[in-house]
Amino acid sequence: MKRFLTCLVALLIGSTVFANAEAHAEDGSKKEKFNVSDMIMHHIGDAHEWHLWGEGHEGTSVYLPVILIDGGLKVFSSSHFYHGEVKGHGKHTYLVGEGPAAGYAMSHEKIYKLNGHGELHFEGDHAENIKPWDFSITKNVAALFISFLLIILIMFSVAKFYKKNGAVAPKGIAKFVEPIIVFVRDDVAKSNIPDGKHGKYVPYLLTIFFFIWISNLLGLIPVLGANLTGNIAVTFFLAICTLLVTVLSGNKNYWGHIFATPGVPKALLPIMIPIEIVGIFTKPFALMIRLFANITAGHIIILALVSIIFLNQSAAWGALSVPMALFISVLELLVAFLQAYLFAMLSALFIGAAVEEAHH
Amino acid sequence: MDIVTPAYGLVFWTGIVFVILLFLLAKFAWKPILSAVNTREAKITDALEMAEKTKAEMKALQAQNEDLIKEARAERDAMMKDAKETTTRMIEEAKNGAKVEAEKVLASARETINSEKAAAISELKTQVAIFSIEIAEKVVRGELASDEKQKVLAEKLAEDINMN
Repeated sequence: MKRFLTCLVALLIGSTVFANAEAHAEDGSKKEKFNVSDMIMHHIGDAHEWHLWGEGHEGTSVYLPVILIDGGLKVFSSSHFYHGEVKGHGKHTYLVGEGPAAGYAMSHEKIYKLNGHGELHFEGDHAENIKPWDFSITKNVAALFISFLLIILIMFSVAKFYKKNGAVAPKGIAKFVEPIIVFVRDDVAKSNIPDGKHGKYVPYLLTIFFFIWISNLLGLIPVLGANLTGNIAVTFFLAICTLLVTVLSGNKNYWGHIFATPGVPKALLPIMIPIEIVGIFTKPFALMIRLFANITAGHIIILALVSIIFLNQSAAWGALSVPMALFISVLELLVAFLQAYLFAMLSALFIGAAVEEAHH
Repeated sequence: MDIVTPAYGLVFWTGIVFVILLFLLAKFAWKPILSAVNTREAKITDALEMAEKTKAEMKALQAQNEDLIKEARAERDAMMKDAKETTTRMIEEAKNGAKVEAEKVLASARETINSEKAAAISELKTQVAIFSIEIAEKVVRGELASDEKQKVLAEKLAEDINMN
């Protein structure tokens, strides 16, 4: 446990240093033809296509379905945007949809309705046009489905092993997965949720742990990986889940600590109650930010290190860039596990605090 | 900043996928896996407990066996001692009996010898008396065989008497 925390602190400090280095590199490269910042933001952001290689119209991508709710459900391939006419310039570049996407335009992966003149009107960096409800299967949603399928595939085959063989020593994939399941059950759930109440929460903690871990690992695959767990929408939902589980399991003791903190004079309660209520939300908020920031930072560092080669336009820089990127990639394998563990462990800790009985 | 603004579309899909994942895994994966793992752990715990119990039982049995052996040994020793005592006593008794018997025999033998001796002596006395009388008779007869001799004797006797 202590070792994990030490690692975490080291990683956080490390990440900050690298992030700063990245910020400086960004400033210097603005005038270059190759824009590191744009490239990195494009890679860590979401998209309506799964870009594999190549540039622009010559590139190879898997076009994902766009799903819009705008006076009815509209479903069409994102190729109708990516193959559409390019308008505007610089940060105001946008793609005008064609075919079924007619009437819409996409700028920075956001879909807008064209105005009366058939164009987008920009105010600052962002277009001012009306946005239809966008429930598209984006790259991250596709990655989400892949994670889902992979986890189901692994866990069902493990479950099948036990169903077939009964309570025997594990073999094959079960041998690999079982220690992790037992680890989550004992060291995450049992040790943080007191009074033997952990049983009910083990499935949730296991699901959250494996979902984050496997998604983290998939995200590290070059070319094919998406920044799923580094997307704040995903971590937002996971944090909401932990918040709901915590609040819904809260017992008398938990609410008592929030609305009538024991040992605090009555006069101070008007100050304490708002603080405690804010406290309910800051815990999952920290979970959301921690996972998002760690995973995104990892992706940014690797991309920035690889960018050294392209900034200098010389493969010789690979001698520096490749070992460093490799080192960070290996480190990210650890972070992938660590962040999944931390998210599950802290969730268990919050749930534990909510179900704990009063100790006088 | 786009990067820190959760996109509702992705939140929506994450929600659907995660809830389905949670449901499917909880029902079809975690439940059988955890129950199998728990069952196996219980089995192992039971087996270990059983082993510990058996060990304790074995120890008790061994102790009991040792006690039994000790008891048997003590009993045997006592029996041996008894037997030895009995033998010694019997030998002693036999010895004593024999001694008494021998003394008795000796005493009776002595008595017999004494009485025989007495009888022999008395008979010898009798015989000697008889022989003495016979000799005396013979002597007397010789002394008194002729008149002359009788005269001599008578004179001698008379002389003795006279002398007195």
